[in-house]
Amino acid sequence: MKIRQISIFLENQPGRLSALCRTLADAGVNLSTLMLSEAGEFGLLRIITPDADKARAAVEKAGYAVTASEVIAIQVPDKPGGLASVLTALDQHKVSVDYMYAFACRTGRAIMIIRFNDLDRAIAELQKLGVNVYKSVDLFNG
Amino acid sequence: MIPHLWNDLEGTFFPESALDYMPESRLREVQLQRLKAVITLSYEKVKLFRERMDAKGLKPADVHTLADVSKLPFMVKTDLRDTYPYGLFAVPMSEVVRLHASSGTTGKPIVVGYTAQDMEVWKQVIMRTLYAAGFTRSDIVQNMYGYGLFTGGLGLHGGLEGIGATVIPISGGNSERQIMVMKDFGVTAICGTPSYFIHLIETAQKMGIDFKRDLKVKRGVFGAEPWTDQMRQYIEAASGVKAFDIYGLSEIIGPGVGAECDCQDGLHIFEDHFLAEIVDTKTLEPVPDGTEGELVITTLSKQAMPVIRYRTRDITAIETSPCKCGRTCRRIRRISRRSDDMFIIRGVNVFPSQIEIALLKTEASLPHYQIVLTRKGGLDQMEVRVEITGEMLRDNVSAMEQLQKRFGKSIEQITGLHATVTLAQPGTIPRSEGKAKRLLDQRNLST
Repeated sequence: MKIRQISIFLENQPGRLSALCRTLADAGVNLSTLMLSEAGEFGLLRIITPDADKARAAVEKAGYAVTASEVIAIQVPDKPGGLASVLTALDQHKVSVDYMYAFACRTGRAIMIIRFNDLDRAIAELQKLGVNVYKSVDLFNG
Repeated sequence: MIPHLWNDLEGTFFPESALDYMPESRLREVQLQRLKAVITLSYEKVKLFRERMDAKGLKPADVHTLADVSKLPFMVKTDLRDTYPYGLFAVPMSEVVRLHASSGTTGKPIVVGYTAQDMEVWKQVIMRTLYAAGFTRSDIVQNMYGYGLFTGGLGLHGGLEGIGATVIPISGGNSERQIMVMKDFGVTAICGTPSYFIHLIETAQKMGIDFKRDLKVKRGVFGAEPWTDQMRQYIEAASGVKAFDIYGLSEIIGPGVGAECDCQDGLHIFEDHFLAEIVDTKTLEPVPDGTEGELVITTLSKQAMPVIRYRTRDITAIETSPCKCGRTCRRIRRISRRSDDMFIIRGVNVFPSQIEIALLKTEASLPHYQIVLTRKGGLDQMEVRVEITGEMLRDNVSAMEQLQKRFGKSIEQITGLHATVTLAQPGTIPRSEGKAKRLLDQRNLST
């Protein structure tokens, strides 16, 4: 249920992001999605990929500061207020979002990547609500 | 009050300065006599000195000439740290009337003490400094050195009162107020760090105040940090203030070890109180006059904390030609660099090792780092670039910002200085021979 995410420290300077992407490309890493959060002079690049181990090994070898973490991926209910109802339900259980990002998979479904303060609790509550929580990155395109 | 009758208002004869002109043979006699006395005092009262003398099989009586000083053991900054706080004092605390402290190498400051006589000597050498720079009792002087534990503010203050000048003990900071006071109080002379004064010149410009047209400041004594002839030219051209260099260090007495005269051609050492040697930085053997090396100073009259052969780490040379001003006290060239990695920022001495300790206090392992010094608008800025490792990285932007803040706070606690901390990618700080280059001084000393 939990999906591995690789976070890489980047300086907010021209060429740093492209250099990292080149490293990943050279290692044959296929990215499912990514998000860049910036804080002034630095940023964190978070990537989701079926090749998490390969990605981590490649960027570490290239000298980047890397850390792995876990997030969950859900399919957002395809109706107005779909996300709102899910988050409201979680609020009642004091499960809150640290950060989230969205992308559309090949079949057009909207997928949310969410880092909750309590992942296990979040998974349990989401399943109770009947939300589709992805078991692995490989299923995104299924 | 009698001395003031000698230099009423704009007079040019100052009795205190007479010692600057002592016949050289007499000066050397005074030095030898005082050297013997201070070595005897130190041997009797200071354990560290006695142990080092004994280890070399030396007794105070083995010093017969001034040249014999080269037989004696050196003292270094860490000796002050290792004996913190009072281990080098040669008198009981009841005799000590003043303590000052400067930043040490490990977070603990270095403490220095003064007896009443030491305070008098300090006042006298500052008076001689001020007279050499052309200050008189009719001057209204804005003293912009920091007051407090730092020797700069109170050191200059004593001498300024000694010459009978009007002192404005404003200390550093609040630039617009400095300019306002300079203008409204009719300030004619100033003391402070040269970089801060350059910043003030620019502040005045922004305020629409022209130094030459609107202010009366004519002379300034500048020190507590290295500065160049280009900076002097800039100061003198931009502000019309004739700028004089002063040399000193807390371990010896504070400011007032040496000073420039009107010739602005090297700093006269007040040799009746301080014995200067230049030694080769590698062999530590004395070098002939005119040859560059490390300045080593012995205090000849200090009572509370006599210091024998203190290695200043400042690189200079003793000038061989006599000064046109007629003073017989020999001159050293202006300090151009140091033999260790200490740097001076806004008048504060900082060692890269202090930054290391600050970083280690924040994170258990020492990250690669680099100290980058720049000068913006005349003010020194310190940036500390810290390479992030995988172990330090958190998948949380605000946690990383917190880490950045903790680094900055730790540096400020240890050095007393604000530093801009920048988090850097691993491998981005240049390394020389495998070891990162710790200090990058990009301060353009020309302005």
